Amino acid sequence: MGLNPQSVRHFARRWLLPLGLPLALAAPAWGQEPIRIGSFLSVTGPASFLGDPEQKTLEMQVEKINAEGGVLGRKLQLVVYDDAGDAEKARTFAKRLLEQDKVDVIVGGSTTGTTMAAVPLAEAAGVPFISLAGAVVIVEPVKKWVFKTPHTDRMACDKIFVDMKARGFTKVALVSGSGGFDKSMRGECLKVAPNHGMQIVADETYGAADTDMTAQLTKIKGSGAQAVLNAGFGQGPAIVTRNHKQVGVGLPLYQSHGVASKEYIKLSGDAAEGVRLPAAALLVADLLAANDPQKPIVTAYRNAYEGKYKSEVSTFGGHALDGLMLAVNAVKAAGGTDKAKVRDALEATKGYVGTGGVVTMSATDHMGLDLSAFRMLEVKGGNWSLVK
Amino acid sequence: MGGSWLQYVAGGLTAGAIYALVALGFSIVYHASHAINFAQGEFVMIGGMSAVSLVALGLPLWIAVPLAVAGAVIVGLLVQRLALERAQSGGQADVVTLIIITIGVALFLRGLAQLVWDKRIHALPAFSGSEPITIGGATVLPQSLWVLGGAAVAVLALGWFFNRTLYGKAMRATAINPLAARLMGISTRGVMRTSFALAAALGALGGVLTAPITFTSTDIGVMLGLKGFAAAMLGGLGSFGGAVAGGLLLGLIEGLGAGFVSSAYKDAIAFVVILAVLFFLPGGLVGARRSERV
Repeated sequence: MGLNPQSVRHFARRWLLPLGLPLALAAPAWGQEPIRIGSFLSVTGPASFLGDPEQKTLEMQVEKINAEGGVLGRKLQLVVYDDAGDAEKARTFAKRLLEQDKVDVIVGGSTTGTTMAAVPLAEAAGVPFISLAGAVVIVEPVKKWVFKTPHTDRMACDKIFVDMKARGFTKVALVSGSGGFDKSMRGECLKVAPNHGMQIVADETYGAADTDMTAQLTKIKGSGAQAVLNAGFGQGPAIVTRNHKQVGVGLPLYQSHGVASKEYIKLSGDAAEGVRLPAAALLVADLLAANDPQKPIVTAYRNAYEGKYKSEVSTFGGHALDGLMLAVNAVKAAGGTDKAKVRDALEATKGYVGTGGVVTMSATDHMGLDLSAFRMLEVKGGNWSLVK
Repeated sequence: MGGSWLQYVAGGLTAGAIYALVALGFSIVYHASHAINFAQGEFVMIGGMSAVSLVALGLPLWIAVPLAVAGAVIVGLLVQRLALERAQSGGQADVVTLIIITIGVALFLRGLAQLVWDKRIHALPAFSGSEPITIGGATVLPQSLWVLGGAAVAVLALGWFFNRTLYGKAMRATAINPLAARLMGISTRGVMRTSFALAAALGALGGVLTAPITFTSTDIGVMLGLKGFAAAMLGGLGSFGGAVAGGLLLGLIEGLGAGFVSSAYKDAIAFVVILAVLFFLPGGLVGARRSERV
């Protein structure tokens, strides 16, 4: 076949145009392979309050890093799938990320369920996987390739019990909901209570649809407890808070990090006054001391997120930011995307200051947060205040 | 233990009054069409969420509440006109068909609400303060009295409407025998529209009255719908007094069960009691005493 002008033109129209367009869009990756960050998140469905800010944060941060020249001179390429909170879908998407998209690292898994569905795949494929879900089981026992950024419910229990002990309480009444978060935290609190010399004198529960918890609180009132701890999520804790005041329990009330948002104060009204709960520094960016190591990063993230999306920042988006930055730092430290080297670099993370706290990982700790990651807050005058 | 049982009763009645209002909505549609409207919980949600949005816009409660109820009535009429009436055009649709359509409508309305509103939980300010009232050692929120009062007024008004007015009697006639009713010149289509408008209004009223206590969000319809349906079954479907009795009883069983036995088994206790009642009185507490309406 001779190279006559017509056949060249035909070749160009037939092949170069359709192929050329996507290549042009991916132009930054032209010279060098991009670093592929894979993610599966619960952007829709019941856990969308987790996945939605996580996706927005990942997109915002990848855009920012690429605008600043990428990592090691290579661009970041983000591949996000929506698992809608379904563990089966999460498994399928994780498989696709590993086999088709050939990602270098996975930052995702909004819920413990979706994360655990993907863990065996990442382990088998040997790809670093940074989960954004809460439960302890993700990193305990330690899995070679799996890491996570959020605090665990056990840490929340520890933080609360430490505060109770400092106030001289030893008898605690526990009230919890029937949801997954509530049950998991209740279990962890029961487990760690003896470590802090705490005695659980009442253990009441309520259903997800319950509209009145006065019966449980009346029982607690007569249980001889010195403080009440509510492990809950959603509207339940706000109803508990209101009923707590209505029944006149008269004991200090602690809530979990699950309700650490302005919404909780708004729903509970003046009944929330004096309630204490552990929360990440991100929520109280303004209140942090000027020399607080987390102050710059949480302030910058909050301003960027709220400026771009015009909605209130949440700790969940912060977990995604931390996950991405841990991966980016590990790639930098490893000097490339060799998966084993990136994994080792992740495990060697030391003193990374994120929105969730200061992260120092080790071979036995793939989360790397300690109790200082939580701040004890108290509701005062309809707003948060830091407990010194 | 002495004074606490009174608090269990008070808490049970508060929850029970909420179930009763939802159960009443089930009863109206059942009364007119023998169908169960599984979108009833969504009317509760629409009422509550609309009121919250209107209050957020700066409207005072006494304007926001009627507007929210009116909004739900329009939705109820649209549902009847666009979904159920079409199934019925060309004759009388099967009751099962209607029930399945209402399930679809419920899913559709919930999805739509998530697009229109956000997925967050909202509270409405209490109508008359949130200082609890103490009655003999037990404390009750003023808003609970609003809910109880609302349920009482609704029962009386519905009783009067269905037994004393011509249109109410026409609705009952349609329920008993649609064909005969049509031959007598009753617009059965109009009757179905009215029953949906009434059910939507009642559901929305329930949503508005309970929003300060239970809060409201786009998915509240599922939870309240289930408990309301259980209460309506317990009391006897189609009976207004039964719906209220069933709701209050369900709330009381839950409250006393949580107080004296264990809060973990509270729902189980409630459902065991319902099963037992339906086993011995298949028509429900009140329904059993009335034979098939003739």
